[in-house]
Amino acid sequence: MSSEKASAKAAYWRANLKLLFTLLTIWFVVSYGCGILFVDALDTIKIGGFPLGFWFAQQGSIYTFVVLIFVYVWRMNKLDRKHDVHEE
Amino acid sequence: MDTQVLVYIIVGATFALYIGIAIWSRAGSTSEYYVASKGVHPIANGMATGADWMSAASFISMAGIISFVGRDGSVYLMGWTGGYVLLAMCLAPYLRKFGKFTVPEFVGERYYSQAARMVAVVCVIFISFTYVAGQMRGVGIVFSRYLEVDINLGVMIGMGIVFIYAVLGGMKGITYTQVAQYCVMILAYMIPAIFISILVTGNPIPQIGFGDTVQGTDTYLLDKLNQISIDLGFAEYTSGSKSTIDTFAITLALMVGTAGLPHVIVRFFTVPKVSDARLSAGWALLFIAILYTTAPAVASFARLNLVQTVNNAEYQQLPGWFQNWENAGLLAWQDKNGDGKIQYSAGAAFAGKPDFASDQRGASGERMLTNAPTEGANELYVDRDIMVLANPEIAQLPGWVVALIAAGGLAAALSTAAGLLLVISTSISHDLLKSNLMPNISEKQELLAARIAAAAAIAVAGYFGINPPGFVAQVVAFAFGLAAASFFPAIIMGIFYKRMNKEGAIAGMLTGLIFTFSYIVYFKFVNPAANTPEHWWFGISPEGIGTLGMVFNFVVSTVVAKMTAEPPAHIQDLVEDIRVPRGAVAPVAGH
Repeated sequence: MSSEKASAKAAYWRANLKLLFTLLTIWFVVSYGCGILFVDALDTIKIGGFPLGFWFAQQGSIYTFVVLIFVYVWRMNKLDRKHDVHEE
Repeated sequence: MDTQVLVYIIVGATFALYIGIAIWSRAGSTSEYYVASKGVHPIANGMATGADWMSAASFISMAGIISFVGRDGSVYLMGWTGGYVLLAMCLAPYLRKFGKFTVPEFVGERYYSQAARMVAVVCVIFISFTYVAGQMRGVGIVFSRYLEVDINLGVMIGMGIVFIYAVLGGMKGITYTQVAQYCVMILAYMIPAIFISILVTGNPIPQIGFGDTVQGTDTYLLDKLNQISIDLGFAEYTSGSKSTIDTFAITLALMVGTAGLPHVIVRFFTVPKVSDARLSAGWALLFIAILYTTAPAVASFARLNLVQTVNNAEYQQLPGWFQNWENAGLLAWQDKNGDGKIQYSAGAAFAGKPDFASDQRGASGERMLTNAPTEGANELYVDRDIMVLANPEIAQLPGWVVALIAAGGLAAALSTAAGLLLVISTSISHDLLKSNLMPNISEKQELLAARIAAAAAIAVAGYFGINPPGFVAQVVAFAFGLAAASFFPAIIMGIFYKRMNKEGAIAGMLTGLIFTFSYIVYFKFVNPAANTPEHWWFGISPEGIGTLGMVFNFVVSTVVAKMTAEPPAHIQDLVEDIRVPRGAVAPVAGH
């Protein structure tokens, strides 16, 4: 493997890890943060009949998970093309 | 038409559909049998993954559990969906690029070790059998209640159906059957949920409805449930009673366990491209989320309906469903104060599970129990599973909706059972026989071995369905805990930490496994009396201990890897290679 090719691969991998880190931070904050750790504070806020912490634990976190994966798919497809490692 | 006739028609029609699909898509090669030739469209794979993942526990039990524990039930909702984010981002695309058939195969090749592969095979088989026994039991319960056949005959019919499409069709047959089963399952879940949401709150979208006001009043449904719960002596519905650290640990163990479950991972080997593996994880979670966001709504509606229908009602005035479920043994009433009315409140009505005195009836016509009554005022025993199964009847929905629930419950149980059985048979034929004990068998012989292994696994699973070991419910914690503590760290580090070597991975897996296994065995079997928060390590229950096992695994394997030689160059190249999508190919049969 030429060193140029290797450093291109390394750049792709770094960009991948950066995206991963960002998305997993959101994943953690929404589920473990809003759904578990900070619920007592959030439950004092009410949206319709839902205490907010309860809503995050039983609804909001799941919606966020779905959106996160589709954002990941979209960004990774772009990243694959940019670094020219996409499939035919 | 009579509900009973409708049940036969709808369940019969869905079975005919599954068998038809199996015959149309039967497998001819090991690649078709193991991974459907990697030709499955991401949306179809997403549906199949959804059906594979959502078992009898998700379909029948989950809403019931939430119904009774309220806020604490969130651990299942978040735990069983959040793992897909990890799967999509950290596992699925790389394992697809790796391009082999099974999880033990990845572990074995990445860690250049047959021993590591064997540890993985044992875990796969153990986890899958734990899971599949519960599915067969679910099939039996649905059959006995709705089709009025004996529970054992029900299990055998279920075995026969799974046998036809798993043994014939392999992964290809299972995938397309699961697509059909997903559709049946989601219709069966959503239609009653929408009806009940309209009945209770006037809002046709259950996800919004359970944050709405109760029909004809200004009170929010959740506020009303909180009020009722307190009045009857339960904890407030929207407040939890589990400690924060335990909630955290259980949620994480379930998420990581989900991402490490072999029958889920293997589904991402079936798509044509790496980018399809990412995409199909997204579709899978979307399809799963439809049911998972509806479940807490169903839970709250069911809770309200149940309490309002039975509390302080005269037994003889109750609608017919009460006696049906009493006859099925999932409801029981002990008239402690002899007033002919049902008093429902917190606490057990009597010690243990209901033990009916054969044919004896009490003063109001209820089934007599031999259980010793407790001191408390509560007179009613409710099995959590009926919250979904009986919900349409409690809400007085038409007969075809009831029939649909029966078909949906069966679809959920059968689809998961088939996926698990395939994983078991693949582990035996591919990881045990072909790669270890009998490396010289031809592809045709390997395929035959896979089919024989699947048939044998069905027989064993059926046996456990008919003679359920008393510990089935308790061992579910095993499946997730062990997957979290063994596979997940080994696979993650295999991809993200190039320096991880054989010694580190094996030491880590063994540490995670032995620790998690011992902790669960100690609190569930050796000393169940000590299974209380003050005895738990850091306040973490056996259900959540996989989280700690996972942490130990990560730490031990990293330390050991640092102290031993780095992995050989070709393994480091392999890791470089799986990190890049380009060049993914369909695997050749055999090796």
